[in-house]
Amino acid sequence: MLLETTINNRKVALAIEHDEYLVDTLRKAGYLSVKRGCDTGSCGLCTVWVEGKPVLSCSTLAVRAGGKKITTIESLQDEALEFAGFMADEGAEQCGFCAPGFTMTVLAMKRELTNPTEDEIKHYLNGNLCRCTGYVSQLRAIKKYMGVEA
Amino acid sequence: MFTFSKYHLATSVNEAYEILTKNRNNGILGGTAYLRMGNRNLATALDLSALDLDYIREEDGTIELGAMTTFRSVETSEILKENFGGVVARSVMDIVGVQLRNVVTVGATVFSKYGFSDFIPALLALDTDVVLAGGGVMSLEKFLESDTTRDILVAIRIKKNGRTGNYQTVRKTKSDYALLNIVTSNVDGDVKIAAGARPGRATLAVKAMEYIRENGLTAETIEQAGKIASEELVFSDNMRASAKYREAICKVMVKRSLREVM
Repeated sequence: MLLETTINNRKVALAIEHDEYLVDTLRKAGYLSVKRGCDTGSCGLCTVWVEGKPVLSCSTLAVRAGGKKITTIESLQDEALEFAGFMADEGAEQCGFCAPGFTMTVLAMKRELTNPTEDEIKHYLNGNLCRCTGYVSQLRAIKKYMGVEA
Repeated sequence: MFTFSKYHLATSVNEAYEILTKNRNNGILGGTAYLRMGNRNLATALDLSALDLDYIREEDGTIELGAMTTFRSVETSEILKENFGGVVARSVMDIVGVQLRNVVTVGATVFSKYGFSDFIPALLALDTDVVLAGGGVMSLEKFLESDTTRDILVAIRIKKNGRTGNYQTVRKTKSDYALLNIVTSNVDGDVKIAAGARPGRATLAVKAMEYIRENGLTAETIEQAGKIASEELVFSDNMRASAKYREAICKVMVKRSLREVM
């Protein structure tokens, strides 16, 4: 079947299987920042935005994205680069495998929450796993990036 | 692996129900996050996402949730935060992450009667009905006991009757599945005690509820109610906890929860 959707502000029509998940559709279309991780909906690696909301592309049927706006990190390069600077400054970037999904969630959080508490940040990022950093340096970077006052 | 041969975007609930009941291998697509982890092969997968069933609204003394409402909408709903002591919104907060909660739907969770559900015990501790396309309106308690498998859950209705609730959960890590959930509620001394993740299907602790009804809700009776609940509920072992462990924490969780609704 044909999926007519918008990816990173470009209207596209993609041939898909009707039971295909969005992670596969996006990767086939060349959006290789979207990675398959745990494949059980637990790790957050495959996070993209649908209509501006972060979703797991491994758990979202591609057909459900028909007529909607999909955003991957490829279209958020400037913001991602800015955030990467804060991560590097805090020594929060290690193997980088989780980075695309993690960054997509952080950028979504920045749009949704204003001056969040540490608990709110942790809660929002519960669905993103990182096996390298232990999260402390990431938390420092996020607080500075979001301009958290306390 | 989860697969289906045909996809159909339903144009009405009636049409979806008709197609569903035509072939036992047809099925409804909920959020599809859990469905994909199984091995179902559907003939026709029915999608309800074009039926405007993604809503939370107050009407006629009830709060109604459409079947396609996501857990993230439940979590952030001001209506659900302000009513029932916030237990409904609270119940979904620890479920994996924001990205999964933006996918998972209330209809699929309740209809599937998932034993691990955090959401179902919260609804069960309130006065909740389910609206089914074929079966009509029935109480959630009756629905959970039924063997309904070929129907469509259209909406969930919670009676807005002043019940205040409290939600208790024990998990090994914050976003892991619960070892046990206890949700209690109270309106004018009418107390409900619901347990989930036993790990079986959510259920009410009816003997403990009856005890409180007869003896009142006091510092002394909540202790005894915890003991009764832990004895009457059936617990099992799974990879997260043993039945014995669940029984032991149940006593304390019921007591703590009831203390909050006194």
